[in-house]
Amino acid sequence: MAMGRTVLHMPSGHTGVVAKLHPTVLFNISDSYIRRNDQQERVIGTLLGSISPDGTVEIRNSYAVPHSEQADQVAVDIDYHRTMFELHQRVNHKEIIVGWYSTGSSLSPSDTLIHDFYGREVANPVLLTVDTAFAEEKVNIKVFVSTLLTLGERQLAAQFHEVQLDLRLIEAERIGFDVLKKTMVEKLPNDLEGLEATIERLQDMIDRVFRYVDDVVEGQVQPDNSVGRFLADTMASVPRISSDAFDKLFNDSVQVVSRFCTRRKIRIQNFSHPLICLKLKFGIGGSIGKETFTTSLFIPSLAAVFVRFLCG
Amino acid sequence: MADGNPPPMRSFAQAAQTETEALPLRTVQIEGLVALKIVKHCKECMPALVTGQLLGLDIGSILEVTNCFPFPLLHKFSTDCRSYGCILSNCCKSRGGEDEDELDTDGANYQLEMMRCLREVNVDNNTVGWYQSTYMGSFQTVELIETFMNYQENIKRCVCIIYDPLRSSQGVLALKALKLAEGFMELYRTQTFSGEKLREKNLTWKDIFEEIPVKICNSALVSSMMTELEPDVQATQCDFDRLVLSTNPFMEKNLEFLIECMDDLSMEQQKFQYYYRNLSRQQVQQQTWLQKRRTENAARRAAGEEPLPEEEPNNPIFKTLPEPSRLDSYLITNQISNYCSQVNGFAAQSFSKLYLMDAFHDE
Repeated sequence: MAMGRTVLHMPSGHTGVVAKLHPTVLFNISDSYIRRNDQQERVIGTLLGSISPDGTVEIRNSYAVPHSEQADQVAVDIDYHRTMFELHQRVNHKEIIVGWYSTGSSLSPSDTLIHDFYGREVANPVLLTVDTAFAEEKVNIKVFVSTLLTLGERQLAAQFHEVQLDLRLIEAERIGFDVLKKTMVEKLPNDLEGLEATIERLQDMIDRVFRYVDDVVEGQVQPDNSVGRFLADTMASVPRISSDAFDKLFNDSVQVVSRFCTRRKIRIQNFSHPLICLKLKFGIGGSIGKETFTTSLFIPSLAAVFVRFLCG
Repeated sequence: MADGNPPPMRSFAQAAQTETEALPLRTVQIEGLVALKIVKHCKECMPALVTGQLLGLDIGSILEVTNCFPFPLLHKFSTDCRSYGCILSNCCKSRGGEDEDELDTDGANYQLEMMRCLREVNVDNNTVGWYQSTYMGSFQTVELIETFMNYQENIKRCVCIIYDPLRSSQGVLALKALKLAEGFMELYRTQTFSGEKLREKNLTWKDIFEEIPVKICNSALVSSMMTELEPDVQATQCDFDRLVLSTNPFMEKNLEFLIECMDDLSMEQQKFQYYYRNLSRQQVQQQTWLQKRRTENAARRAAGEEPLPEEEPNNPIFKTLPEPSRLDSYLITNQISNYCSQVNGFAAQSFSKLYLMDAFHDE
């Protein structure tokens, strides 16, 4: 009912907010969904994290909160929520409440009530929805913030609109996606197996690049300038050391490493003998100096460029 | 007949008595969620060492760990005891009555509250052990053994998961599951670690801790989510970590610790040498004293007097010297072997990377 020059105010400023989600939260949410009570259709819970000064919300942790829903009514166990929050604060007091999550695929009217409640805990709570039922046959994770629709002085409704979500899977990457994607991993890869897998991937990447370059040279594939520039950058990032200097660097480091392997012999006899004798030959020498590895950045930068090339 | 009822009761009692022997623990199955949580907690609190509780189920020869929660850091005793985990297992004694009691109840309250809350959301309410972070693999300490013993009193089967955040920054998930060997536990209860006892039980330094293979499992929901979210990428952060060429810092740190351990070991060795020297000296003294006594007795018999007893328990020469415990040396040896295998693994990796670098340069 517009009256005169009263304007319906639909602020859109909040869409500048970016939400960053850590993988632990996803795992937590899935786990609590699997463990929900039979009568419950969805699970809700609190999100913990931090809000940076520029408005970026980092969601680091979460816990489920028991609730019950009937028709239009929803009851959330506030005591439980407060207790868990206090317990979590004792472990890490930097993690504050940043919002809440729900595992339904769509928003329901009662969500505004819950959102209001969380609005009392933090200034601008976010709502994370994770579609655990895979209704759209793909992963559907969205983050919303709510803004008030005001007509002049009156508040009409609250509108949820989506904000940009950045899935920070760095932690999961460090563990290795193989471990997290399969339903059962029989054995954790040890150092050498992991390195082997990585080197195989690197080799694969290099092969692809070679084939691409060959194709371009033979005229089979249209040359792409940006790719060409990436490759040129990569080649340029290899430090230009003369062969002698490189050989010296290489040999020194091989020596340092081999000294640990071959000259390290520690024989400790079984302590059940009355006389404990310790034979120890340790050849560390004085050569563990501060040898700087200028090439230490080489391989990662090479791989980085390949990734950019191959992924888009 | 009146015997209608008694037989069932007897057979039940019999059944209760003849419980099947517990199957030996073969694997520890951790959920991806637990691994992620442990990694997150340990990394956040670096360089402080932290602990937390593991929850799960004990099924046959597999111990399933389905969830975990962290323990808050203790501020006062952060150098010695690391966190509530130790207080809860009553391993720190003699720290001053009041403060300790307060922290004790605080810690116990935290644990109870957390477990109660988790039970409400249907998380397995069964403690199966604890996890702790370590610095460069230096976790074999007496406190660890004591914590194990304390847990063992209440839980039949418990494991300790050790996570090394520093090694993990090199691209390998450094999670290990440990438990105390049975034979060692029995010996520990008697609190004697003399050479004979150890020889009797045939216990070497390798037999203190037993490492159990770790499996990781994920629910179908989470694995489908992860598969969708992250299609097979060409290179991940993990790969970058593994390919870093700088070898020095890690080697230096490892060697530093190794040298310290060597020092400790040589001190222990000196202790034993001192003990044996004293022992042999005492034996010589005993012999001479005995000889003197015998000649005296011979003289007395010749003179027709009562011979003196050939033993004198009150004489300090006959006091048995306490043998120093070998537990510390065993633990130090364990540490050394750990450092050595770490260095070995790391050196192998470095070799491959250096030759790879060489090959690149040639091209």
